[in-house]
Amino acid sequence: MSFSVTEPSIRTKWFAGTAVVLYAVITILPLMWIIATGFKSPADSIAYPPKVVFEPTLEGYVNLFTQRTRLNQDDLDALPPPETWYDEMVREQGQVITGRSRYGERFMNSIFIGFGSTFLCMVLGTAAAYAFSRFRVPLKNDLLFFILSTRMMPPIAVAIPIFLMFRQLGLNDTHLGMILLYTAVNLSLSVWLLKGFIDEIPVEYEEAALIDGYTRFQAFYKVVLPQAATGIASTAIFCLIFAWNEYAFAVLLTSGTAQTAPPFIPTIIGVGGKDWPAVAAGATIFLVPVMVFTILLRKHLLRGITFGAVRK
Amino acid sequence: MAEVELRNVTKTYGDTVALDNVSMTIPDGAFVVLLGPTGAGKTTTLRMVSGLDKPDEGEVLMDGRSLNGLTPAQRNVAMVFQQYSLYPHLTVYENLAFPLRSPLLKTPEDEIKIKVQRVAETLQIAHKLENKATALSGGEMQRVSIGRALVRNPEVYLMDEPLSSLDAKLRADLRVELKSIQADSGATLLYVTHDQIEAMTMATHVGVLDHGKLVQFGTPREIYEDPVSIYAASRLGQPRINILPADIFGHAPSGAKSIGLRPEQIGQGDGQESLVTRVEHLGDQTRLHLSFRDHDLITVTDTHTPLKSGDIVKIAPNNPFFFDAAGARIQ
Repeated sequence: MSFSVTEPSIRTKWFAGTAVVLYAVITILPLMWIIATGFKSPADSIAYPPKVVFEPTLEGYVNLFTQRTRLNQDDLDALPPPETWYDEMVREQGQVITGRSRYGERFMNSIFIGFGSTFLCMVLGTAAAYAFSRFRVPLKNDLLFFILSTRMMPPIAVAIPIFLMFRQLGLNDTHLGMILLYTAVNLSLSVWLLKGFIDEIPVEYEEAALIDGYTRFQAFYKVVLPQAATGIASTAIFCLIFAWNEYAFAVLLTSGTAQTAPPFIPTIIGVGGKDWPAVAAGATIFLVPVMVFTILLRKHLLRGITFGAVRK
Repeated sequence: MAEVELRNVTKTYGDTVALDNVSMTIPDGAFVVLLGPTGAGKTTTLRMVSGLDKPDEGEVLMDGRSLNGLTPAQRNVAMVFQQYSLYPHLTVYENLAFPLRSPLLKTPEDEIKIKVQRVAETLQIAHKLENKATALSGGEMQRVSIGRALVRNPEVYLMDEPLSSLDAKLRADLRVELKSIQADSGATLLYVTHDQIEAMTMATHVGVLDHGKLVQFGTPREIYEDPVSIYAASRLGQPRINILPADIFGHAPSGAKSIGLRPEQIGQGDGQESLVTRVEHLGDQTRLHLSFRDHDLITVTDTHTPLKSGDIVKIAPNNPFFFDAAGARIQ
């Protein structure tokens, strides 16, 4: 089938352009709010009406990364002069720094668990998808349906059995436990998405590689993987975003060692009153890794989303 | 190089019988062309030899050794696929170097460079070596694909309609080139085609396949001059052999159902009258479409014939073939 493509009229373009801009503003607004709040003083952050123009301060970020204690003025005056700019900033609030906060640790937990489960998911997902795509697997369709069916309920519906299982296995509050859990939840999505991508790669390429003197695994590694890169990249983004943002399981299954950032960020509010700028700062920093990852793989993501829409 | 033998090979895909008890011996250094329409089992034969598919029954042997259970890599065969065979993420150079870099050959890089360059020049793609494989025209892709087989020195070359997507001039060039490469190197070559000119000009042997059965195997001249059936006779010859009722010219051997007449088996000037319905001047030959007792015939005549449609030509059979009701030849 062929379509005649005509240039849209100016009015259509204006209409479409306005709609896109409007949508972008609506989606970006909360994001801008959070980022701006991170740079406000606590008073500005709860001012009504909200301040659009304000004097930026790093107080929120300093509070995010430190633990502090309140001293009375006499004790403060007795201290030696502050050594750094952030010492000074804290003293102006009538506090002193007593140590580092747990945010850095929790953030690293998120990185480790998020990327770890994404990596594991890609390795297992690609292998399974390749097998389903290329080999005669007994009960293939039933197995595929079973894999998909693990997605048919919200993962949190099985929270209690998982909690009990984890306790029995000693996986509660461990990095390994969280990586396994997020991998299990994401695996169905990645198997199905990747199978679609691998199905599209003609089998003749691998046959050519087999004849050219390579083993099945080398053919997979040298011929299939590079061509599936787009699919793997876009699937990885979906998996990472889920694991990164996951809140409910993290609250339930982690408390200390393996706690990720999402359950930690709200607890900041409790430290030293309603510290909204510190919460916002935590959320802002939390956004960065996924944003960087997505921007790095953006080219692939776009091709991944429009996958199948264009005939090659 | 090696002799390849198929021994009672049967292969089915689901309900379709792709090869039905096929036995043939491809002598060392032979250029064997497999002829037959789509679905006759030509490509399946290549896949059996390459090891991409395993026979359900029977075995494939190379120099007397059974290839059963050997992977394609272990068989050391090179194959040119009909389509989709260039690695799209690699350049032309890398595509050509791919088999040389395999764990099977592990060729040093400087040697790869020389071999790739030589093949690229033979196939007139030397100026495209740095291109991505996807940035080529169909003909160029097919040449790279042929090149990827030619850079190697395998036991046997398998080619699945390698020239089908090329334009006429390039096809003629490569026909000569392939034949001389094969003759020079003494390579054993198994070649699938629809094109009878390729079969006639390049083959030392032709195998005619029909619904998975090997109906005739011999030199191109044998197939042409001594076909075993109507089917085999129809594979070669341009224009095609004319098949008419056996007794249309009178005398016919007993059991004969039809008579087969190639253009050179139709004598002109003597015999019985037929009507010229069309004259086709093709340049190097002139085809005569005749109507003879309500049957259409096509033959070849003098290039500068004065005949035109509506004329009457007398024709007589000259050493014709006779076939029985099943289409088999009556000697």
